[in-house]
Amino acid sequence: MTAIASEFSSSHRIPGWLPPVLLLGVAYLIVPFIGTSYLFEAILLPFLALSLAGVGLNILTGYAGQVSLGSAAFLAVGAFAAYNFNLRVEGLPLIGSIILAGLAAAAIGIVFGLPSLRLKGFYLAVSTLAAQFFVQWALTKFSWFSNDSASGVIDAPALSIAGIAFNGAVGRYLFSLTVVTLLTFLAYRLVSSQSGRNFIAVRDNETAARIIGVPVLKTKLLAFAISSFIIGVAGVLWAFAYLRTVEPAGFNLDRSFQILFIIIIGGLASIRGAFFGAALLVILPLALSRLGSFLLGDVFNSGVLDMSQRIVLGALIILFLILEPDGLVSLWDRIRKRSAAVFGRM
Amino acid sequence: MTIFNKLKVAAIAAGLSLAIALPAAHADEQYFPLQSYRVGPYAAGGTGFFGGFIDYLNLINTRDGGVNGVKLTWSEGETQYEVERGVEVYERLKNNPGVAAWNPLSVGIAYAMIDRITQDKVPLITINHGRTDSTDGRVFPYVFPLLLNPYSETSGIVNYIASKEGGLENLKGKKLVVLYHGSPYGKETIPIYELLAKKYGFELQQIEVPHPGNEQQAQWLTIRRAKPDYVVLRGWGVMNPVALKSAAKVGFPVDHIVGNVWSNSEEDAIPAGEAAKGYTAITTQASGAEYPVVKEIIKTLYDNGKGNLEDKSRIGSVYHNLGIVNGILNVEAIRIAQEKFGKRTLTGDEVRWGFEHLQLDPARVEALGAKGLFHSINVTWDNHEGNGYVTFQQWDGKKWNVVSDWIAPDWTLLRPIIEKSAEAYAAEKGIKLRTSEQAEAATN
Amino acid sequence: MVEFDWLFFFEVLIGGLLSGVMYSLVAIGFVLIYKTSGVLNFAQGAMLLFAALTFVSLVERAVPFALALAITFVLMVAIGIAIERVVLRPLTNRSPMTLFMATLGLSYIIEGAAQLIWGTQVHGLDLGIEDIPFDFGGIFISQFDLFAAAVAASMVVLLSIFFRYTRVGLAFRAVADDQFAALAIGLRLPWIWATVWAAAGLVALVAGLLWGARLGVQFSLSLVVLKALPVLVLGGFDSIPGAIVGGLLIGAAEKLAEVYIGEYVGGGIESWFAYVVALAFLLVHPSGLFGQKLVERV
Repeated sequence: MTAIASEFSSSHRIPGWLPPVLLLGVAYLIVPFIGTSYLFEAILLPFLALSLAGVGLNILTGYAGQVSLGSAAFLAVGAFAAYNFNLRVEGLPLIGSIILAGLAAAAIGIVFGLPSLRLKGFYLAVSTLAAQFFVQWALTKFSWFSNDSASGVIDAPALSIAGIAFNGAVGRYLFSLTVVTLLTFLAYRLVSSQSGRNFIAVRDNETAARIIGVPVLKTKLLAFAISSFIIGVAGVLWAFAYLRTVEPAGFNLDRSFQILFIIIIGGLASIRGAFFGAALLVILPLALSRLGSFLLGDVFNSGVLDMSQRIVLGALIILFLILEPDGLVSLWDRIRKRSAAVFGRM
Repeated sequence: MTIFNKLKVAAIAAGLSLAIALPAAHADEQYFPLQSYRVGPYAAGGTGFFGGFIDYLNLINTRDGGVNGVKLTWSEGETQYEVERGVEVYERLKNNPGVAAWNPLSVGIAYAMIDRITQDKVPLITINHGRTDSTDGRVFPYVFPLLLNPYSETSGIVNYIASKEGGLENLKGKKLVVLYHGSPYGKETIPIYELLAKKYGFELQQIEVPHPGNEQQAQWLTIRRAKPDYVVLRGWGVMNPVALKSAAKVGFPVDHIVGNVWSNSEEDAIPAGEAAKGYTAITTQASGAEYPVVKEIIKTLYDNGKGNLEDKSRIGSVYHNLGIVNGILNVEAIRIAQEKFGKRTLTGDEVRWGFEHLQLDPARVEALGAKGLFHSINVTWDNHEGNGYVTFQQWDGKKWNVVSDWIAPDWTLLRPIIEKSAEAYAAEKGIKLRTSEQAEAATN
Repeated sequence: MVEFDWLFFFEVLIGGLLSGVMYSLVAIGFVLIYKTSGVLNFAQGAMLLFAALTFVSLVERAVPFALALAITFVLMVAIGIAIERVVLRPLTNRSPMTLFMATLGLSYIIEGAAQLIWGTQVHGLDLGIEDIPFDFGGIFISQFDLFAAAVAASMVVLLSIFFRYTRVGLAFRAVADDQFAALAIGLRLPWIWATVWAAAGLVALVAGLLWGARLGVQFSLSLVVLKALPVLVLGGFDSIPGAIVGGLLIGAAEKLAEVYIGEYVGGGIESWFAYVVALAFLLVHPSGLFGQKLVERV
């Protein structure tokens, strides 16, 4: 996998830690002051939540090779679990609710990861749909989960940690940014640890992995647990920081596919890839719709435009898959190498 | 014109309109941001509703030159009925000048907007749907489930069945099955049916159909075994025609199936073909193109190629007429508010005041050319539903025919339940109940 | 204890089996593609929608039934071949997951195109078969479901004859058995793939018409693939008999479960129960219904 190789090879001039630190600096110190509410509410907040979900799924699918079509179910578990912990456990700080929600998602993830011990490939992928439909059913069916709200839709509590309230779009952005940064850092550490190498061994050749002493079953379940934990926390961000209301129907199969698209287009087995993919999948449809209505809004009605956008979006996805087999990450690395070469000559 | 010429013209037009639109925004205009959905699984409903809404706004502009000279404007953002797209469109359009009200026609999007519109002080209209307890204007100052909330709908359906049986007292011992969509929307009325069953002494069984509802063999066999007198269909999308077809399959008489307000359109009946003949459903607005206001829309817009619906055969359909009624209610709220605040562009909060005084008696409805289209509405500062009446239509294989009088739901029975739920929400969110004095004051 | 109502039990069982046939019909389309090119073609649902929508729109524009059927068939074959040329060929030798994602993108294109051309209206589709139930000694059986089962059965027979006795069919089986061996003896893969995609187009047409008559022709038609997926897990992605038997088992099991277990947990369990049945079966019997060896392979 070239994607992995380039993951660890850093450029000669710039130390590997510099770009992310610079990026974070911009994200923390500049964006909050210049961003509009549209930028936060419609672009950055969904981008952060989906990126984190992508990181989670990438650990399972990209690194450990287990394909899941049920990511949205774990988003839902995270969102509803955090809501209930926050509601029902007196005095539990928000951070506690979030961690417990992640653990709940991890537990459910292990249960629905059990078939992976027997099944592979598409058989496993389709069986993860069981999680997708079961979780949605259970959350709708048992109104306890939504605190007996007549319509099953729940409201997010106010975000505050240690007395600091994260109100408004900027506050929720900073909150999401911090959570995503923290978990992404942990994910980086994980994939370069022994567990991460075990994941890759299981993905590349299960029998060989077993021979060299990798505990295959444990490794698979661990991948399911960690992946679901991260996706669960992403669900909390989605519900509490981004939309601020949650209904089970929002976590449908299309959402699962969206997250899968993110990691495949961004680049499998790459933490950065999830961010690239999420950026593309959040911005592309918006850009298409803006462009379409700007150029052709007077000629065609909005129905025709939206249908055409759907076609263009599908075509672009296929084009990406054909032209960029290793995802946006490898495109990015090529550009960087080329520009480095140009600079080097100067 | 070739496509390239079209493109060129469009680009120039877009550039021009951008250049012109900027100074023009200072003229008196009232703007409707539309979170429409013309693609995806619910596109048929979306095109009808937003088509009717736009048609009515267009009619007011073309025929009357706007509301007292204030022109109505709008723009659309596609949501595909998805919450996050709805939020994106909200953020994109909310800063346009002169926003009057939001009309998403989607429970999920409406919920995601409640906090936002309350903060921005702009009304959110959820005609015929939405959160039942938002009827309580003390807790939800900016949310208006106009005409019919889900509880009133339930009561209206039970009252209709009672009228067919010869009175509420005859419901005793009858058996009712509610077949509901497996979603929060479908489940919302479960407690109200239970309450009414206890009150009137009928036997009740509520059966869930999993989303999307394209398989109902098991549910209808269970129904056949239960042998109910009536089946209430609380469906959504593809579930409705499949229910009617499956009913025919097990031999359940279709004229004993009563559809709710989201199972009442042409789109629900047509795909079922023969099986839908005789199916009855509740509605707040009759279908058909014979009402003066619809005729005017045809004359003023469609005959001049300015109508919004692509398929002219859908003029006067249930969703199109719902859009027209929604247009009437929005425009009248603006008109009423203008009388108090002046004939100019109003703020969202002033439009909210207008909605809270949206009282249209049958005489006013007739003057608006909508006699028989809908009955009346009586919104007050604490009753945001406005006591809409319902009627029932029967499908004859081609179109809907009204088969009942205007029926009143049992509002006095429902009000305490709604208040209790709203107060619980207020307590949870730390909201102080609004008083009528606070409601009277509107900020500009 | 109330006496068990056997009559009702059989009614549910038969209803379930007949529904199962409808699931199989969709599943067969998947199997055809998977067997030759290893692609889980998620666009099958979109193709089904496209076929039904095209057919019904033509009929509504006063095109005679048979002609509409012929036009739609030609169109489906053309689409099938185009997909193979434009989408799958450039993706040869890529991971199955990439191919799967490509078919997802494809389903956006087909759904968008179908609605762009024919509009978002919902349509009724009348195949001229009255859906009045037969009464077999107290058991009601739907005429339409029987008809659908007959169509499905004859299609399976047709496909079997095609693959057993024609040159293309034999080549298809050779490819399914071993792509490289087939290449080595000089079979022209692209041509076989095109044929298979055309056959999948035909299956989509038939399934689209039958499902369209059941549900009405509208966007949700593409969701029927979700009913076919558990059938595939149970019966195997590469086995036509598996798709048939799997469909029958899943159909019967989920209807019986909905009626007899559903009332204890509040109903509506059909959406996930089929997956649980398939999984439970595979856990007990990992090689699947027809001993497919692929379960343990990526």
